[in-house]
Formats: sequence, C-alpha cells, structure tokens
Amino acid sequence: MTVGQIASAQAGTLESNDIFIRMTAAPDGKGGSIAVESIVMQQFGDDILQTIKDCLAAAGLDGVDIHANDRGALKCTIVARMEAVAARYKEARR
Amino acid sequence: MTQKFLPDLVSALREAGLRDGMTLSFHHHLRNGDFVANMVLEAAAKIGVKGLTIAMSSLFPIHKAMIPHIESGLIAALDTDYMSGPLAQAVSRGILEKPVVFRSHGGRPRAIGEGSLKIDIAIVAAPCVDRYGNINGTQGPSACGSLGYILPDVDHAQKVLAVTDFVSEAALTRVSIPHNRVDHVVVVDRIGDPAGIVSGSISLTRDPLALAIARNAQAVIRASGLLRNGFNYQTGAGGASLAASLFLREDMRRLGLKGGFLLGGITKYMVEMLEEGLFENIFDVQCFDLSSVHSMRDNPRHQEISADTYANPKQKSCCVDFLDAVLLGASEVDTGFNVNVLTDSNGMIIGGSGGHNDAAAGAKLTIIVAPLIRARLPIVVERCTTITTPGRTVDALVTERGVAVNPRRADLIDRLKEAKIPVCSIEELRETALRITGVPKAPARTGKVVGVVEYRDGTIVDKVYGV
Repeated sequence: MTVGQIASAQAGTLESNDIFIRMTAAPDGKGGSIAVESIVMQQFGDDILQTIKDCLAAAGLDGVDIHANDRGALKCTIVARMEAVAARYKEARR
Repeated sequence: MTQKFLPDLVSALREAGLRDGMTLSFHHHLRNGDFVANMVLEAAAKIGVKGLTIAMSSLFPIHKAMIPHIESGLIAALDTDYMSGPLAQAVSRGILEKPVVFRSHGGRPRAIGEGSLKIDIAIVAAPCVDRYGNINGTQGPSACGSLGYILPDVDHAQKVLAVTDFVSEAALTRVSIPHNRVDHVVVVDRIGDPAGIVSGSISLTRDPLALAIARNAQAVIRASGLLRNGFNYQTGAGGASLAASLFLREDMRRLGLKGGFLLGGITKYMVEMLEEGLFENIFDVQCFDLSSVHSMRDNPRHQEISADTYANPKQKSCCVDFLDAVLLGASEVDTGFNVNVLTDSNGMIIGGSGGHNDAAAGAKLTIIVAPLIRARLPIVVERCTTITTPGRTVDALVTERGVAVNPRRADLIDRLKEAKIPVCSIEELRETALRITGVPKAPARTGKVVGVVEYRDGTIVDKVYGV
C-alpha cells in the first residue's frame, strides 16, 4: 500500500515466535534506518539486526526505514518475513 | 472475650496492636482477584506505620498497589513463595533495599512453625464467616474453596484478623478456621473479584506442541511401573500438564485402575476423575476454579488440607511424600537437571517455587514438561539463571522432541528403553535446540541481590540478581 506518496509494506504478526516487520521509504529517499524491538534483545539483538541487513542486501533494497517487533522468531522466520515484506514493498513502490 | 466484630480495618489493626516493623501475613487463594491485602495496607497507611514485612504466600499483578507503599516506607520487606506482574518487575529493578525471601509452599509453613518467620498479624481473606467468627472458603459471593495456605499462619500468629464480605445467618457446619482462633472480624463490601479468583481460567489446550509433550509425559509415567492401584498424582494447571492428565485418565480407564489421591492446585479435570471413581480422594490446598470449590463443599472425599499437611518437610509426614508422580513446568532446566521457575531468561522475576520443589522432592517420579524452545530460547541451559528446584530431585525432562532422564535414575532409563521410548541425554536436547535457535548471548545482570531463594528445608540455594 502507499500512504500519500510514501511506499510502505508490512509482514508478520505479533504472535509469540513470530516477528512483525514494517518497511517504508526513507523520507529523503536515501540512507534508511533499522529499528528493532525484541523480547530476546539481549540474547539475539545483534543477530536479528544482521539478518535484516543481509536480507535487505539480498533484496537489493536501500533507502528504506525498517521497524521490526520481534517476539522470539527463529532466524528462518525472520528471513521469510523479510522476503515477504521486501516483495510487498517493491510491489507498492511500482 | 474480646469484641469479635469491629467496624473497619483501621480500628481492627489498632486493636490488633499494629506497630512499626511488624510482620503481616496474607494468603493468595483469591489470586489475581484479591482485594484484601491491598485494602489492609491502605488502612495501615492511614494509621501511619512504617517498615512492615509482608509475608504473603503468593503475589499477583493486582498487588502492584503495594509499589507506592514500598516507596512511602510502609513496606520494608517481602516474603513470598511466588510473585508475578508489575510488583515482581519492580523488585527485579531494585525497589526494595532488603532482598525478597523466596520460599516454597512447604518451606513457608516450616519457617512459620520453627519461628524463623514470625507473624504478628495474620489476615484471613474469609469468603464466609458466621456470627461467632467461624470461617470457611466454600460459601459466599467470593468463595475460593480451600484456605490451606493461611492455616499455619492462623496457628502461629500473635493475632488473627478475618476480612469478609459474607456473614452467614446460620452457624457454619463446614468450618476451616474455628472462631476460637480468630481475634477480630471486619465486614467489607467485597473481598475479591470472582473473575480474578479463577484467573487464567483453565481450559484444555489444542496446541499441538503441548499435546506432543503431554503424550510423551504420559508414556513415561506408563513405562515407569508406578501406574497401578493406589497411584498418587499431582500436576500443575499448565497446558501440557493438563493435557497429560487427560491421557492419564484414558490409560487408567483402559487398565481399570483406581488411584489413591490427587494433590495440589485443583481443577475441574481432577474433580471429574474423582467423580468418575478413578481416584479415591482429592487433597486440596488451593482451588483453581469454581468446579473444585463446589466439589470441596459437597464431596467429603474432596478434603481441604493445610500447607503443613501438603508439603511441610518438618512435619511427621506431608502429602507430597506419598506422591508417585508429579508433572511440573520450567522456565529453564540446566544440564544438571536443576530447574528455574522464578526468573525468565533475562533474569526478570516471573514466578517462584510455589509447591514446585516440594512436590519434586516428595514424588517417586518428577517429570518436568516444557517445550524444547520457547520464543527462540532453548529450555536447556548450561546453568539456570536462578535455581529453585535442585536437580537431584528431578527425574526426567520431557519435551516435544525427546525425553532426557537424570543419569542418577539408571533404573528409569532401562524401563523407558524397554518400553521403546527414545531417551537422549540432556546435553543432546540442548544441542538440538541450539542448532535451531543459534547461540544466545548471556543477558546482563546488576550486582544487586534482590532476592534469596530458600529451599524447602531452609537452606539458601541461590540469589536473585537485579536486572
């Protein structure tokens, strides 16, 4: 979906063992940011951030803001949610 | 004879001699629907005393009302078997100067009986009182059933104050606490919220993970050789434990067995097994739902017991000693089979032993039921964040992906192998989990001790650190 002129997409849920991810175009179209909240921040925070960065690179995306709310998702779940949100974002941007 | 009925809590607390530094004790049968502890502390605040110790058998989210009383200096210390919710989080963040004393449901009455926990005023949340001051828990709008956890306090406290919202016209025929043990009674509008008294209402899970754990747990019980006439059993009200009880029921029907007693916190599923004739008795220290309240009221084979009778290790005997099998939960289990039910993996206080380490010590077969992975964290850790139940009292960890047996129980390993139940080592369970989750980093803890964990016999087994 697009809010005004800004492309945005989301994937996942706030259920336990899942992760909710929202992706929006960065306001200036450059840079971009990643904000992660997690119930396992102390144990896996760095790993979650790195997984999201890797997924962005694999999708060939930059200049996006990511907000992720993690409820203890496994790495494979995070990758799946990132693939979904990236595909939806590209759809919304067209 | 003193004047039994007093008009309000302030005058009753004055009459009972409330002073700075006293210990007030409470019980948790009204669970998260309890209004009594909060209203008594409100009255104590009006009187203006300081430095009280609150010894309550368990503390729930509703007791967040104690936080301002800690900040004001009214409450200086807490002594409990279990705490969850905002008050527990405030303790983890270091709101109290003195560490909380965490006991078990059997350790608490032991400490009261020995005199190491001295109670000045015991406060009974009394669902029903008659005009003489007799008390029971099975009548009235806030009926909660068993009053087992406050009975040792009533026996040993200097003063006993009952707070009720229902005075029976007729003298009670079913008495839990007789009038001769009650100094004063105060009648208030409501002692609790019935919806909260049976909070976390107990229903059967359809979660396939919990069902798989339950099926494995019942297979272990079946293979253990303990399932025979006279089988005594305790289980918690968690999803997997409850489901396992239904598999147990099917087994007992099929084998035509008659068990001895059901113990602990009681639910309608246990009541159904009693009524079906699968067990002879229920010994009830706490009711979890209205079905069990009504059963205790109406069925003489469903008996109220005190915390002393339930689990006090210094009594001549206690019910947990007669247990064949118990199913218990865990927040963490370490490779030495030690169990944590007090803190989560971030070190935040989320519970406490309750009857956990008592039942584990007493039962011939102690099974911990838990998912292998909970929110990306392996259940098996190298060392528990907090130890509440020593590994020497734990026989098996049952997960959805396998069963690990304590190496001390070579006999049980043989029996499970004979029954073709796949047994693995606890290290193997940990490695399986780690392959799926990745390796978690250890969370940061402060150096401040916010709690001490006292085992049921009085020895200190661990400290709880702030987060």
